[in-house]
Amino acid sequence: MDRRESIRSLVLGSLAGGILLESCTNGKTEELVDKIWEYQYGRTPQELEFDQKLLKEQFFEASEIEMITALAELILPPTPQGTIQQAKVPEFIEFMVKDYEPFQITLRGGLMWLNHYCNRAYGTTFLNSTEPQQKLLLDQIAYPDLEVKDQKFEVNFFSLMRNLVVTGYFTSEVGIKELGYVGNIPNLWNGVPDDIMEKHGFSYDDWADKFHDPANSSELAKWDNDGNLIS
Amino acid sequence: MQIIEQPEQYDVIIVGSGAGGGMSTKILSDAGLKIAVVEAGPYFDPKDPVTQTQWKWPWQSPRRGAGTTRVFGEYDMAYGGWELEGEPYNHVNGTNFSWFRSRMLGGRTNHWGRISLRFGPRDFKVKDKDGLGENWPIGYQDVKPYYDKVDKLIGIFGSKEGLENEPDGFFLPPPKPRLHELYYKKGAEKSGVTVIPSRLSILTKRINNERGVCVYCGQCERSCNLYADFSSGSCLIFPAQKSGGQVNLYVNSMVREVTTDSNNKATGVLYINKEDRKEYALKAKVVVLAASACSTARILLNSKSERHPNGLGNSSGLVGHYLHDSTGTDRGAFVPQMMNRKFYNEDGVGGLHLYSPWWLDNKNLDFPRGYHIEVWGGLRMPVYGTGFNPNSLNEYLGLRVGGYGNGLREDVKRFYGSVIGLSGRGESVAMRNNYCEIDPTTVDAYGIPVLRFHYEWSDHERKQAKHMHDTFEEIIDNFGGIALGKKPSSGDFGLLPPGAIIHEVGTTRMGSDPKESVTNPYQQLHDVDNVFITDAGPFVSQADKNPTWTIMALAWRSSDYLIDQLKKQNL
Repeated sequence: MDRRESIRSLVLGSLAGGILLESCTNGKTEELVDKIWEYQYGRTPQELEFDQKLLKEQFFEASEIEMITALAELILPPTPQGTIQQAKVPEFIEFMVKDYEPFQITLRGGLMWLNHYCNRAYGTTFLNSTEPQQKLLLDQIAYPDLEVKDQKFEVNFFSLMRNLVVTGYFTSEVGIKELGYVGNIPNLWNGVPDDIMEKHGFSYDDWADKFHDPANSSELAKWDNDGNLIS
Repeated sequence: MQIIEQPEQYDVIIVGSGAGGGMSTKILSDAGLKIAVVEAGPYFDPKDPVTQTQWKWPWQSPRRGAGTTRVFGEYDMAYGGWELEGEPYNHVNGTNFSWFRSRMLGGRTNHWGRISLRFGPRDFKVKDKDGLGENWPIGYQDVKPYYDKVDKLIGIFGSKEGLENEPDGFFLPPPKPRLHELYYKKGAEKSGVTVIPSRLSILTKRINNERGVCVYCGQCERSCNLYADFSSGSCLIFPAQKSGGQVNLYVNSMVREVTTDSNNKATGVLYINKEDRKEYALKAKVVVLAASACSTARILLNSKSERHPNGLGNSSGLVGHYLHDSTGTDRGAFVPQMMNRKFYNEDGVGGLHLYSPWWLDNKNLDFPRGYHIEVWGGLRMPVYGTGFNPNSLNEYLGLRVGGYGNGLREDVKRFYGSVIGLSGRGESVAMRNNYCEIDPTTVDAYGIPVLRFHYEWSDHERKQAKHMHDTFEEIIDNFGGIALGKKPSSGDFGLLPPGAIIHEVGTTRMGSDPKESVTNPYQQLHDVDNVFITDAGPFVSQADKNPTWTIMALAWRSSDYLIDQLKKQNL
């Protein structure tokens, strides 16, 4: 059974048990399978059920999502390497507030606070303010005062939003590519590249004989009676 | 509701499928015995693509790897945590113990750090050195042949160093250190701290044709689908089944108690099938408990009968006592020379490539037991949390912290891989007054009385933690790093709560005197001769080492003895 089929049977199995979704037409089941298939990650049936429940719910209103997107684009403006939309940052934040409920009040309240501030300062909502006006506002809340222990609410709100936006971006496909991370593929580790060793003033020379040589890693290991590797 | 009698008769029932239960399964089934393995969690095979998390990217999950559903992040391969739904535990007098359980075939072996250290000659006789605690009734020479066999069966990399209390074994070659580990080495050696290649149960070279060789993805905590790291399922239980052993697995089955008869023999176990929530009786000639030190204590204490009113094997009153965990405290450091790194694939093995075994003599110090140092860092795969406080390190460069805009992108790249973490993991002193016991006020979702814990650190551990932090700062300073945050300078000196290091040992300690111990030196209950314990319960002291390799060596030794006793018809 391939993975997609496995997921399909898991979903249908839990449907049959009435655990997952009580009234669900076949059409919707297929949608569900597609949605889970988008997220290919090993879940237990209970975890799958929980994630499916969260994916089905909607916390933020459309206007809030619009504000989150606008804020996210101010925090990480689009570049040729990647955008907030490509990184699915708004979808990620929508999921996280359901997965970790303490985020809800800070984010929803913070968005309200932004509108309140803009109404008072500029006589219009955050989204309808000009970009210079928006930036003037962010300048007030984007720099925590390192001398004080308890930051103001609006500073905490922006820090949380910034954390979620930046982590959402750099855990996305475009973000990881932009960062330059090149692992998560089968590899034969044979130490730090020479030029980097040299730049940092290190060398393996003194103790190189201790380490493994990837070239003969597939030969069966054999030892003498003293624990010396002989093949 | 009636107890349902299972018709099968077994030679041995093994409760738990982690390191100890897995090894007992392998050795006893290879000897031709008919085995039932009873595991509280579901079946798990690291190869199964449905449950596999290895190789997954953060964007393949809607939470990007966050730890909201699994405490070490959702890709970590432990179905469990310090809190389990429906399985509570309590505390006595406001003391603290965090109890980690992993409910799945293979238990915690599916996600652990694979740090596999032999106890040395001094570790078995530590009372001789400092007068505290108790000596083991056995010594290194009793266990050495089994460590050797475990090395060859499971596979471990390391280097021969000739250190007296860090015995060498049959090692595969270790991987070369990563960049941050070389910084650590430079700083540590300047302070006279020993640094050697780590010793992890990961195959850098083939040891048989059934298991794959490491491909350096750095994800051992996700459990390897090539079987290139040790987990109890892939290395012990599946091979036992494949070599023709008679091994039946009872998964999702929580053992409530060991049953006994009027001849002072165990007859089997009672367990609850979590799926149908019914109670079953399973019969065998011998019961091996390997449910984890605290779970085994719980089962024994819940196995009350007329003949054993305080629980099975508890005539000494010591079941649950002398519970101890490793000490632990950590410190991070920013290394300005490691900013703006050139990226290359530095995943390496799933864990540290270098570490520091205990390098001092406690007679010159104000605390009795040692610790080892682990080191973390590198160009790891981004995961939820990457980019939090993206430029907080600006503080150390005299630059402004915070802001927004494309500068943040550059900050994330600039600082990536420039932070090193040091972790001290040490030996605590086993105390009678640190214990778990049955809490008569609470049952779990299966109606089984739960544990409550009483555990307090002493000045032995606090002074050790203070020494760890002093050492960390010196090493960090030596390699040109800047220690992050403030050094804990009072209270518990940053000691993590007991249980946090997940090395629970000592609840059914071994000894020659039945008044002072629960099992004999072969891990057989003094009180009932057909019950054995092969988790870390029988540990007398834990050393400044991770317990897994010793659990397996001792489980093998205990299983050999069990087979011999069966042959002699002594059980």
